[in-house]
Parts: sequence; C-alpha cells; structure tokens
Amino acid sequence: MAAAETVPMPDTSAPDAMVAMRCLALNAWFGTTHAVRDVTLDFPAHEVTAIIGPSGCGKSTLLRCLNRMHETVPLARVEGRVLFHGQDIYADGVDPIALRRHVGMVFQRPTPFPTMSIRDNVAAGLRAQPGVKLSAAAQDEVVGRAPREAALWDEVEGRLKESATGISGGQQQRLCIARALATSPHVLLLDEPTAALDPISTQKVEELVYELRKVMSVIIVTHNMQQAARVSDRTVFMLMGEMIEMAPTRKIFTTPTDPRTESYITGRFG
Amino acid sequence: MTSAASDHGAFSSPRARGLLRRRVVSVIMIVLTCVAAALAVVPLVVILAYLFKQGASALSFGFFTHMPKPVGEVGGGMANAILGTLILIGLAAAFGLPIGIGAGLYLAEHRGTRLANLVRFLADVLNGLPSIVMGIFAWQFLVKPFGHFSALAGGAALGAMMIPLVSRTTEEMVRTVPQALREAALALGYPRWRTSLQIVLRTALGGIVTGVLVAVARVAGETAPLLFTAFGNSFWSTNLRQPIAALPLQIFTYAISPYDDWHAQAWAGALVLIGLVLVISVTARFVTRARHGGGHG
Repeated sequence: MAAAETVPMPDTSAPDAMVAMRCLALNAWFGTTHAVRDVTLDFPAHEVTAIIGPSGCGKSTLLRCLNRMHETVPLARVEGRVLFHGQDIYADGVDPIALRRHVGMVFQRPTPFPTMSIRDNVAAGLRAQPGVKLSAAAQDEVVGRAPREAALWDEVEGRLKESATGISGGQQQRLCIARALATSPHVLLLDEPTAALDPISTQKVEELVYELRKVMSVIIVTHNMQQAARVSDRTVFMLMGEMIEMAPTRKIFTTPTDPRTESYITGRFG
Repeated sequence: MTSAASDHGAFSSPRARGLLRRRVVSVIMIVLTCVAAALAVVPLVVILAYLFKQGASALSFGFFTHMPKPVGEVGGGMANAILGTLILIGLAAAFGLPIGIGAGLYLAEHRGTRLANLVRFLADVLNGLPSIVMGIFAWQFLVKPFGHFSALAGGAALGAMMIPLVSRTTEEMVRTVPQALREAALALGYPRWRTSLQIVLRTALGGIVTGVLVAVARVAGETAPLLFTAFGNSFWSTNLRQPIAALPLQIFTYAISPYDDWHAQAWAGALVLIGLVLVISVTARFVTRARHGGGHG
C-alpha cells in the first residue's frame, strides 16, 4: 500500500495530479545489455500514452520498469527513479507486490489461468492479497464490474463458471484486462496487447483502451503505428534504448521534431 | 514407383537396381521392426495369461477377506497382506510425495543454479540405486536403532524410492507451464510463493498426479526394500510400529514353501498385485487424458 501514498514530489514543475508516472534518469540492463538508457519523461494522468519504436528498442523493458516486473528476470538491473504519485517505487521499503496492484499489466499473449473459471480469473488479483479474506459480496461486486469495464460482460455473462480456456483468444485477452482492472489500478500497462489478436478483437481492445482513460492512465507499447495513432493522446518514440521524442500523437505523426522519428514513422526503417 | 521404374526399361540400369535394393532392404527392416515390436509385448501377454491361468482358480472372494490358514487347512486368504500393502503405499506416499514434489518444484523454479544441478544429479543416482540397498539403508537407520521391524521403516524405504520419480515428473511438468503465466500472476500482485503454489503447481497438477500414480505403481510391487524393514506378518496388524504383511513378501514366502495350496495362493496373490498395479496405471492414463482433453475444452 505504501506505493499509493501521495507524498510531495521534490523536483517537479507539473502539478501532481497531471502526472501518473514519472521516470527520472531511468536505466535498465539485462546482464551487460543496456536496454533502457537514461530515460526521463512524464506519463500524463488520464491519458493514453503509446510507446513506439523498432524491435529491441527497449520499449517493453521501459514498460516493465514501471511495475517492477523487469527485476523478476535473472540478471536484470535498474537504476534511476520512477515516481508514482510522487513516490519513488524503487525506494527502500516499497513492496513491489503492493505496487503491482496499483499498476496493472496485460501482456502480448492472453494469459488466463487455465485451472480457474472465468469468474475466478477475474477475482484472482483480489484473492492474492495476503491476509485479506475476500467476502462473497465483494467478490460478486468485482465479478459484476470488471468484465463490464473490459467490454466482455455480454459475452461471458452466462458462463462465468466455465473454464477460462474455453473462450476465444480475443475474449481471453479482454478477460486478462478485466482481471487487471479488478484491483482498480491507477495505471494500466499494456504490452502489445493486440499482437496475438484478429482485427475484430483488436478493434474491441482499442475501443476499450480509449474508454479506460476516463478512469485511469494507460501506457501502451505497440508495434503498430496505426494503432498508436488511433488510441493514444501522446506518443513516445524510442530507439536503441533512448527516448528520442515525446509529443502529442497528432504532432508525432504529422510534424515530428527529430529526423529519426520521421524516418521511422514514414517506414524508412524498423 | 514400380511403373515409373519399368517405363524406363530399367531393372538393368544402375539407378533402378539401386532402387530395387533399397525397396528390398526397406521391406526387410519393416518386417524386422514389426517382429521386434511384437516380441516386446510377448512377455507381458504371456505373464498375464499364465498368472491368470494359475491364479484365478485360487482367487475367490474369501481371498480378499480371510486371513491365512495354517498349513494343511484348505482356503484362507491374504486380507492382511492386501491391507498391509495399502498401508505401506500410504506411508510411502506420505513420506515421498511432499519431498518429491517440493524438490521437483525447486528444481524447475531454480533451474541452472548449482544446488539444483547437484540435487538433480543426486536424484538420478538415487533413482538408479538397487532397491535392496535402500532396504539395507532403512534397516540400518530405522530398524536397528528401534530393535524391531516396523511398517514405518518399510514405508520410509518405499517413500525414498518414490522421491526421485516424483521429483523428476514434477520438474518436467512444472517446466511446461508457460513463463507468461508466472509473469501474469506476478504482475497481478501474487507473491512469488503463491505464484509457485497456486498458479504454477496447480496448472501442472494433472501431469504431476500421473507421475505420482506411476511412482506408486512402481513401488507397490517392490519386495527387496521390505525384506528387512516391514518384514511381513502372518497376523492382522495395523500397528505402524510393528512388522506388517505385504503382498510381495507373502508371495515370496508362499512361493518358496513346499505346499501346493500355498503355491496356488502365491499365484493368486501375484494376480491381485498385478491387478492393483494395473488399476493404478490405468487411472494414471485416465488422469492424463482428462488433462489433455480439458486443455482444449
């Protein structure tokens, strides 16, 4: 819970409420590979921020630094600071497990828990909280709410007790989003959430992302520039671990400042 | 192919001759491997048929419910040995499963560490250990210090034999659980230990149950580790601290006796033992199939 406390931010010019997460001189490594290089940027609150760039540019690693998932990989290392509501999530005493309930994450491939029903999948994040006995009423509330927020309710309403592996890939991915929404996170991290989905499922997820920013901040990593243009308010362009440019999405795709950004979005490399 | 070859006129051409030779060799090899495959199952079929012929006559309902009768009296059964074997299997599972599954989980989740490699190697050595050696070891530490044979010592010896089998299957099954599932649990705020137990182990459970049943079937028929641990018992006993009867031991005793009706009982006992192992194996198969079926459903 410590990570959710709001404490005054030391070196900031923008008001707290405007910034969901702030990276300060963030560096990340896999062993000797320097995957994220000295990134400093703000992710605005209640906006969708897209991170684009060629394969291996460090965009997924950057995303995984924001909920401390990067450090779960052997030989991974992080330096610098990430402020969440003003507090450094890498400070001593911050519990990454508590942090991850406030900063949710959805991955490239749908990962429903195969041994659980649809219902239990939705409630899984709440049940995992140590020392908390989830009441039946609270569970019903979440199971009734999260799938609606994930635009999945109509498709699973009558089959909540069925296995989560029985629904389609697109439904599974929205189930994973519902599962992440169940803990009411402040920030939702999406790591190429539609890479494994068909066009119709992709459209549903994109519409959902657009809706979600009313209640939370969304950061989405995508390979697909059209997707970034469709869903995001702001776009970050990364190249070889460095942040090249961050600007409102419309500006990035029409009048980018950096020539490298322009080369990338016009398809000259990547 | 035949017509194509003869169209070119060509049993005499070097290419077609090579083709003919290859086809002849192919047919011979196919026949040989078929024969080998058939021979591989012959022992099982012969054993089952012979067991059935010899054992079925002595097998009756009373065989399961009656105690052994003294020499010279007709009838009697192996109720005590059947119960004893079930108790020993239960004890072996109680000793072997927690250690085996725990070790397997460790090996899978911390693969590549020096301790994991060492443990895996030692488990393989333990797997290859002759079962009589396991019996002597259990006698040294669990029989001799207490001054008497016991069901506990027999269960421990069998349990130790189960450990490498169970840990290996657990490791393999846990490894098949996608890394993405672990990450999903961690990202959801699952602590690492809960991820291992509630997500990873549960996902792998079907396969682990199969492995456990195979291990149980394997130790159920073991005789050597019981010779000087459980020792055998001609009487009805459920006391874990006393010697206990077991089917393999009873079969051994009866088979080397000079009495014809004991020989018949030994055959019947063997039939029951193999039936028990068969039931466990078939259950294992069933569990495996249910698991694979569930994955798609």
